[in-house]
Amino acid sequence: MNAVTATHAGDHHDHDHKPKGIGRWLFATNHKDIGTMYLVFSCIMFFIGGAMALAIRAELFQPGMQFFDPGFYNQLVTNHALVMIFGAVMPAFVGLANWMIPLQIGAPDMALPRMNNYSFWILPFAFTLLLGSLFTPSGGPAGGWTMYPPLSLQSGNSFPMMIFAVHLMGASSIMGAINVIVTILNMRAPGMSLLKLPLFCWTWLITAYLLIAVMPVLAGAVTMLLTDHYFGTSFFNPAGGGDPVMFQHIFWFFGHPEVYILILPAFGIVSEIIPTFSRKPMFGYDAMVYATASIAFLSFIVWAHHMFTVGMPLAGQMFFMMSTMLIAVPTGVKVFNWTTTMWKGSLSFEPPMLFALAFLFLFTIGGFSGLMLAIVPADYQYQDTYFVVAHFHYVLVPGAVFAIMAAVYYWLPKWTGTMYDMTLAKWHFWVSTVSVNVLFFPQHFLGLAGMPRRIPDYNVQFTDWNVVSSVGGFVFGFSQLLFVWVIIKAVRGGPPATAKVWDGDMTGLEWSVPSPAPYHSFETPPDMH
Amino acid sequence: MKQTSNRGLVWRLVLFTAGSFAFGFALVPLYSVLCQVWNTGNRWYGKQTAEASVIERPVSDRVVTIELVANIPQAGAWEFKSQAPTMKVHPGKLYSTSFYARNLTDGAVVAQAVPSIAPQTIARYFRKTECFCFTPQNFAAGEGRDMPVRFIVDPDLPPDIDRITLAYSFFSAPQVAAVSR
Ligand code: HEM
Ligand SMILES: [Cu+2]
Repeated sequence: MNAVTATHAGDHHDHDHKPKGIGRWLFATNHKDIGTMYLVFSCIMFFIGGAMALAIRAELFQPGMQFFDPGFYNQLVTNHALVMIFGAVMPAFVGLANWMIPLQIGAPDMALPRMNNYSFWILPFAFTLLLGSLFTPSGGPAGGWTMYPPLSLQSGNSFPMMIFAVHLMGASSIMGAINVIVTILNMRAPGMSLLKLPLFCWTWLITAYLLIAVMPVLAGAVTMLLTDHYFGTSFFNPAGGGDPVMFQHIFWFFGHPEVYILILPAFGIVSEIIPTFSRKPMFGYDAMVYATASIAFLSFIVWAHHMFTVGMPLAGQMFFMMSTMLIAVPTGVKVFNWTTTMWKGSLSFEPPMLFALAFLFLFTIGGFSGLMLAIVPADYQYQDTYFVVAHFHYVLVPGAVFAIMAAVYYWLPKWTGTMYDMTLAKWHFWVSTVSVNVLFFPQHFLGLAGMPRRIPDYNVQFTDWNVVSSVGGFVFGFSQLLFVWVIIKAVRGGPPATAKVWDGDMTGLEWSVPSPAPYHSFETPPDMH
Repeated sequence: MKQTSNRGLVWRLVLFTAGSFAFGFALVPLYSVLCQVWNTGNRWYGKQTAEASVIERPVSDRVVTIELVANIPQAGAWEFKSQAPTMKVHPGKLYSTSFYARNLTDGAVVAQAVPSIAPQTIARYFRKTECFCFTPQNFAAGEGRDMPVRFIVDPDLPPDIDRITLAYSFFSAPQVAAVSR
């Protein structure tokens, strides 16, 4: 730790002189550089995962087998999920945390800059391992991102590669989480009490605790898979007295909090943007903090809603049904507060606000389908159909991903110092929002009609909605090139942005530094008393 | 000042993380206990042993269908089948049936049958006084034999149940020979 602080202090001497060349990135300890690397990495993964998704939608465009054999199709589905969850969404949030948390709390940098560097540089190795497994003779992992045994054990050499990749991703996010917690708890500007903390920091603080609570459980579960396969243990092997269903319990004990890891920072982002463009303070700030905390707490006691159909006592089904529905209460509080913040506000619809509003509507649709899935007798019909696929894509794409895009459009001028092309960004918004619904809404119908998930072929009666969905998928996928174009244009140059960037009465500290934010900000902490 | 407080917090968070890792493993015994309490899951059912003594109290006006299923998880190694795919039984009466297994490999193999009952929630009403699943079974190369099961359905079986499935999966399991069951 001493070494860490020493290097960190060293940075301060060459004030304003950025390290030169590739070394600036390889040995980066500056939170802004690391944040940028995370965001770029996430963007690359978003396109790799997106290419897999388009391959899936191409295969599903028509019934019958078109392009891939079923084994490769399963590899696509598995890797699409792993890449999007662990490679795109989570690193994007960590990147935003790196960039914004120190700026929002008035800290000179993250608390543990050296560890910050490691936690980023682990990721390219993890994903090289995971994606490299696709090129091994036995192909990549194909048993689903949930890695249920015994299926996941049957994927040849890619199995240990996937497990080690998951271990590395876990290590990276645990390090990132520890860094966030230490930064927020120890590095706040004097006078910034916890209940003055911006909501993005609050949601990240709680997310970070979720991460260190459940990523190690996932690491344990995949380690058990590994020892079952190579060292003759029988955690999940019935031949030795194990139970494969136990894997599902341990996995979802991680898995459900994980889905909140993917959404809580999004809640934080939306809670920053809606007040700005409503020109009103957040309605019910305290309630937002408590709602976030209760969602995080409840997320530990609902996991078995993912496995109602594997068999459990009636009392268990009732418990997990009720506790799942209970989550709708704090979530409802949040939706209510966002809506009330806009009430009688003087709204304007710049790209970040547009994305935040789409989030509000479309995430809520995903929440409703979640409630339907939580009803045990109904879930017996919905489980493993496209209805589940529609549910989690609504919460993850127009939910988490839209929030990330909203955040980029909100803070990009602070990063680049230039205003981006608003017209192009609005085009990006409208094309994405229309196409994402064309892509995912029909999947509700397909699921209710009984189309199973993770299958490359389907009965002909499902054709029409699959065609619609695939068309939406391709439009959505290609419209993301607009996003990259807007960003590249803004990085290259454009009209200079003011320190405050937006016309609103934001009080956040990030708006008190010039745009672009100087390489070293807040070397003397602002006084928040 | 700041440095030491950072360091203390980091160590506490690392400890928290280690605790979470340990908790993941603690879920294993916890799961077994909970399954036992709630009569579900394989971890305790697979470890069942013979009922010491049962008293026969046949309920002759009630008939329950027993489905006997034989599964071979490792294709090619075994022939495995039940002698009667279904049986009609009266609760409270002892019955016996058998399963036939043959080792298709040209070496001696230790096998382990793992039972499973559906619906899981009534597993405790299905009681076995004798079963080839209680111990590992040794087979010489090419050897085939019948293996008996004796069972009784508890007369207290909930009235809405008229069909019970008893399924065995037959594993070649060198590693289970070492595990005492
Ligand atoms: C009101 C809130 C929510 C409720 C009640 C809810 C409920 C459920 C239920 C019951 C399932 C299991 C369906 C089945 O497999 O049959 C499910 C699946 C899923 N949910 Fe949610 N959910 C909610 C919010 C979220 C959020 C916020 C996310 C992520 C950002 C999310 C992501 C997922 C994912 C990824 C799956 C599928 C996992 C898989 O099987 O691969 N959910 N949800
Ligand atoms: Cu869940």
